[in-house]
Amino acid sequence: MMARIRIKDYVRETNLIQARLVISSIIVAALCIALLARLYYLQIEQHSHYSTLSQENRISFVPIPPARGQIYDRKGRVIAENLPTYTLELVPDNVPDMDKALDQIARLIELSDIDLQRFHTALRSRPGFEIRTLKSGLTDEEVARFAVNQHQINGFQINARLRRHYPFGPEMVHVLGYVGRISEVDLERIDRNAYRGTDYIGKLGIEAHYERTLLGQSGYEQVETNAHGRVVRTLSRVSPVAGKDIYLNVDVDLQQAAREYLGEFEGAVVAIEPGSGGVLALVSNPVYDPNPFVNGIDTKSYKLLRQDDGRPLLNRALNGRYAPGSTVKPVMALAGLEFHRSPYERVFGKGWFSLRGSRHRYRCWKKQGHGWMDMHDAIVQSCDVYFYTLANNLGIEKLHDFLIRFGMGKKTGIDLDDEPSGLVPSPEWKRAVRGQPWWPGETVIAGIGQGYTLVTPLQLAMVTATLANKGIRNKPRLVRAVRESGATKILELGPQTIEQVAIRNRKMYEIVIDAMVDVVHGKRGTARRSGLGAEYRFAGKTGTAQVIGIKQGATYREENVAKRFRDHALFISFAPVEDPKIAVAVIAENGGGGSRTAAPIARQVMDYYLIGPPPPPEKEPEKDDDAA
Amino acid sequence: MLRNAISHLDPPLVLSLIVLSGLSLVVLYSSGGENMDLIYKQGIRILIGFIILFLVAQLSPQTLQRWAPYIFSIGLILLSMVLLVGIVGKGAQRWLDLGLFRFQPAEIMKLGVPMMVAWVLTRHPLPLRVRELAIAALIVCGPTVLVILQPDLGTAILIAAAGVLAIFLAGIGWRWLLAFTVALGAAGPLMWTMLHDYQRSRILTLFDPWSDPLGAGYHTIQSIIAVGSGGANGKGWMNGSQSQLEFIPERSTDFIFAVYSEEFGFIGAVLMICLYFFVVARGMYIAFNAQDTFSRLIGGALSLTFFFYVFVNIGMVSGLLPVVGVPLPLVSYGGTSMVTLMAGLGMLMSIHTHRKLMPQ
Repeated sequence: MMARIRIKDYVRETNLIQARLVISSIIVAALCIALLARLYYLQIEQHSHYSTLSQENRISFVPIPPARGQIYDRKGRVIAENLPTYTLELVPDNVPDMDKALDQIARLIELSDIDLQRFHTALRSRPGFEIRTLKSGLTDEEVARFAVNQHQINGFQINARLRRHYPFGPEMVHVLGYVGRISEVDLERIDRNAYRGTDYIGKLGIEAHYERTLLGQSGYEQVETNAHGRVVRTLSRVSPVAGKDIYLNVDVDLQQAAREYLGEFEGAVVAIEPGSGGVLALVSNPVYDPNPFVNGIDTKSYKLLRQDDGRPLLNRALNGRYAPGSTVKPVMALAGLEFHRSPYERVFGKGWFSLRGSRHRYRCWKKQGHGWMDMHDAIVQSCDVYFYTLANNLGIEKLHDFLIRFGMGKKTGIDLDDEPSGLVPSPEWKRAVRGQPWWPGETVIAGIGQGYTLVTPLQLAMVTATLANKGIRNKPRLVRAVRESGATKILELGPQTIEQVAIRNRKMYEIVIDAMVDVVHGKRGTARRSGLGAEYRFAGKTGTAQVIGIKQGATYREENVAKRFRDHALFISFAPVEDPKIAVAVIAENGGGGSRTAAPIARQVMDYYLIGPPPPPEKEPEKDDDAA
Repeated sequence: MLRNAISHLDPPLVLSLIVLSGLSLVVLYSSGGENMDLIYKQGIRILIGFIILFLVAQLSPQTLQRWAPYIFSIGLILLSMVLLVGIVGKGAQRWLDLGLFRFQPAEIMKLGVPMMVAWVLTRHPLPLRVRELAIAALIVCGPTVLVILQPDLGTAILIAAAGVLAIFLAGIGWRWLLAFTVALGAAGPLMWTMLHDYQRSRILTLFDPWSDPLGAGYHTIQSIIAVGSGGANGKGWMNGSQSQLEFIPERSTDFIFAVYSEEFGFIGAVLMICLYFFVVARGMYIAFNAQDTFSRLIGGALSLTFFFYVFVNIGMVSGLLPVVGVPLPLVSYGGTSMVTLMAGLGMLMSIHTHRKLMPQ
């Protein structure tokens, strides 16, 4: 209607606009009410919901890593400690442009490829609001440089953290192992909450086995942060509980001395206190420094370690598997006694042994033969023919049964991870694993610890300790005691007896031990030279293990081939005979004969432990070249 | 002389503007982290704003009507210049550097467009004819497109709104309005393709800000949390955790209402909205009682635009509307919009106070 009126009508025009103004005002009022309704909904109806959200927004939990338990040796010396170190850390969520930020950082602080590689792994593996380490072990200069430029780099911070350090370096590595950064593999098996704020986890050795004891409990700080993650103030704090300290049975001095006695030989020395099962020394040679592993060793150095012919990364004492050779003879003798062979029964050692109806000769190490031997003489002089005969008479089933009872072919239960069980062969085993029947000749050579039989140096030391204990087997323990964080009292763990070897009569041990005493103290003992001048009586047995072939997968340089084929030298012993305090097993790889190489090492170890460190060798007077 | 000049001010409006400006300083002190520098700067801007208001109020509506085409033309030229030689500010070309301060030509258009529309529409008796409507539509669309190209969606919307509101007040037929709405609906998909990615994501996240809480939804979520956690009475001045801990982005400028309602709660929000409503209602009253068509149109359009600012800003802060860069009039920190707003309010006062001087 209105649209058709074309005459100038001032009143109408005014009315039209005023009508529109009124309509607009009503709409404005309606929209104001809509806004108020919205605000009412947010601020009154949903207030508690948003209130909670705002609380969560500004309050965050910053985990505080616990101090890892320290490790002490038998004499209370710190062998694994925590040193303060500066680390460059960041919360990824608070870094808007990571690549740019890393560029900026790299201009202030040297970042290696490994740092970056590790950081990128860490970046992926955990949620973005958790703190990560970019680099640790910053120098004071780097810290200062960062502090000056910090305002330009959001989300990064430098914190003082504790870093694991092993003051004795390589010496204890095969006992302690080391901690390292938590890897993606670790993440799959650990409780991530327990490791909040912690970058490290025990990877090997004591550090790995006693991870739960050493770790402690994370604490946290409830802090108010701004949207950039900067802490504005601390609201509350739950302190972390430091991990428990661990006291070892191992004596660093003895450990060091034993490795020194081992000298250039690759091999192992294990010393056990028979009465408790406490491991006094667990030496594997060669060694490597665990400290670079804490923050991740660089690829090149690691490659060098892996490719080293001496295979330093291998813990021979725990994981090395060797034929026991003649060191098995005392146990063989006991097996004979157990299965009703008389100790006085004699065998003529003519230098070789043949099975009935076979022309194959099993040779004795002494070509001309030992002559008539009873059990005692056979042990003292290590007559192979006697033990070929004994083994053949007993049969493999009984031998297997008895060696297993004595703790061979199964894990000793030491407080370390991934212990191998060794091997005591049986026809069942051979059928199952090799798919072949058992040959009688294999029983014969099993009598002198050759063939399939494999023991670890630790098992060998345990066998020795069990002999010294007359059948009581205590679980080998590296850890002697544990101390709660902050507590003054040390909680001694005490011996853990696994079993008493089932045997008809414990007197039978004396027959064997007497013979072992004569091995070192007797006129015809194979290790009589090592017994000379001893201030205590000890018992021992030599052994020589043939190296049949090159170890699987290993390649040797040509000039080393000859040495690599030399026999392994073994020796087991315990002392003093009357009240054994120490049982030792020594394996010197390619050391030749046990009496010549291994026995002196064992003697020195026992001397060191029972008597004390040898007097320092007299130094030759220095030549005075300048003297006219 | 001075008394005469002062008489051109409208006391109720001036009083409510002073209260709003005072509130602005109070909230800025909190949102700016007790930065006195910020307060001084804003104080000076408010002062300049009032001076401009005072000066504009002296001009008669007839003068304004005469000037309308010139103001519009200058604005158009400057807008084109911005596109050609504009310097980059905040990732968008919006500013002309005039040495002492940077000038945003789009701001002129907030006044220039409604003035020009009113000028065109009053040359012929209302109601509108198609020809005038087409010219008015061009006047609105031209500057709007130029500002969108800058790109500054928020200002473009405000300019378009000012023009469209003037056309609406001029009595555009309801059928036209319906057709316009349908056309807008049809143009929607087309405009969608013209929007920048960040603008699209802002609109998308309006519907579900929680779908991208650390990205496009962050502004809205933090702002809603601030408002909602304020509750009835607020957390108290300087005590809003969302603002003090820097969770609210742009907390001194576009999102200052979030800070305000977090610290002063629903009661404070009601007070501020009532203040704004009063300003708008007073403006509508002035327009209603104006003595000529140009004054009614420009007065109504400016009042409604003022409200449009308020509604869009608070709607954005409370999560009703997408995030567009629209400041809260007189309260948000910043100078350019202050000048235009005060000039607009000055025009309202001019309309009201020059009334009696006209022969009835």
